[in-house]
Amino acid sequence: MKRSITIALSLLIIGITAAIRLKAQESQPQVVSISAKRFEFTPNQITLKRGEPVTLRVSAQDRDHGFYQKDLEIELDLTPDHPSEVTITPEKAGRFVAICDHFCGSGHGNMKMVINVE
Amino acid sequence: MDRPLDRRKFLKVSGMSLGVGALISFAPALAAGGTPVARVRNWFRRQNGEEVSPFNLVQLSDAHVGFQGPSNPTGTKAFERAIEVINGLNPQPELILFTGDLTHESETPGEHEKRMQLFKDITGRLKSKKVMYVPGEHDAALDGGALYRQFFGETHYSFDHRGVHFIALDNVSSGKPAVGAAQIEWLKRDIARYPHTAPIVVFTHRPLFDLRPDWEWFTRDGDEVLNVLSPHENVTVLYGHIHRHDVHETEHATHYASRSLIFAFPDPTTVSDKKPVAFDKEKPFKNLGLQLLAERSGPNQRPALGVDDVELTLREYAGTDGVQQISRPGASL
Ligand SMILES: [Cu+2]
Repeated sequence: MKRSITIALSLLIIGITAAIRLKAQESQPQVVSISAKRFEFTPNQITLKRGEPVTLRVSAQDRDHGFYQKDLEIELDLTPDHPSEVTITPEKAGRFVAICDHFCGSGHGNMKMVINVE
Repeated sequence: MDRPLDRRKFLKVSGMSLGVGALISFAPALAAGGTPVARVRNWFRRQNGEEVSPFNLVQLSDAHVGFQGPSNPTGTKAFERAIEVINGLNPQPELILFTGDLTHESETPGEHEKRMQLFKDITGRLKSKKVMYVPGEHDAALDGGALYRQFFGETHYSFDHRGVHFIALDNVSSGKPAVGAAQIEWLKRDIARYPHTAPIVVFTHRPLFDLRPDWEWFTRDGDEVLNVLSPHENVTVLYGHIHRHDVHETEHATHYASRSLIFAFPDPTTVSDKKPVAFDKEKPFKNLGLQLLAERSGPNQRPALGVDDVELTLREYAGTDGVQQISRPGASL
């Protein structure tokens, strides 16, 4: 009797832990990796789902860059030492142009990527 | 918005016969007496030995000396033309403000120095010798402003001229479109000395408000700067960077952008991609120009700053005006 209670309790605990783990996985935002180098982002176009949180992890390959999109509240300073990231939940569908806003040389003005939200 | 004085034939670009017949009318009249104007005048007289009095100034921007590309194959011609226009003004402007991108960057060793020197040589032709500068990102963003400082001095500073407080702000040399916390602290201390009615002219390279962020037409901490300035009632901001004339009101300030001297950008409200306006060899200076500013009397006899947007043209056959001028209502000082 005592043993069966213990087993039941253990199972319950295992069940709860699993549920918690599952829950954590569900709310863990999807990660999109982006790399930045003079004068491009790779990929240069991504598509996100409206209302779904997503983490943008951006790494600079060669020097400092910026990653900026006002409407999506993205404002990152990138250095080559470590990736920078931001988690956003796009609320509005549309086509958003993110730019490098740290001046990085002659092709800087064309360093941008498109974020589609649908 | 253009209101050309005359649209007859322009000289062909071949030979580049440049001439000047600038017809600029200034109406420098400052209201006599009356508070709070009189109070401000007295305050400046006490502080600086110089009271508010009428004067005129010129804003130049974005010469991009060293730029080579299809959007302007004539190099420094428009810039040199602008210098001629200014030298032809009567009276001569007392002050010339250059709002950044004096030069175009180069990563070839020694080349950017040459471009800065060429810029200095050309501005050296100005009859008016009080010329003040701020850097643009093409001058100062790749080396934190080191080379710029060798040629032009500090990237932010302030001074008084005839009772107007001028503040040069650097929103480029960190590499980001930002003024930065240290400079904002400096700004707070700088303006704390002035009465709220003192006329203040801020000149900087990028817009301090969000004009078109996805074209990089903004300053990340521009709001903070405008906040610091907000107790002051007479703030005018002069800037460049956008290569077109623009007038914009924020709650506490009026912002004027000067045309560039190399190529123009299109209207950000109607065009989705930021690309230079194509070069027109029949009208090589089309859309390029400068801003003339003069103190005038505004509504209710208050002193006002008149801002004229000027588009450069080639001299016409008739030899009349070399300048198309568009008058704008004065911003209240
Ligand atoms: Cu970059």
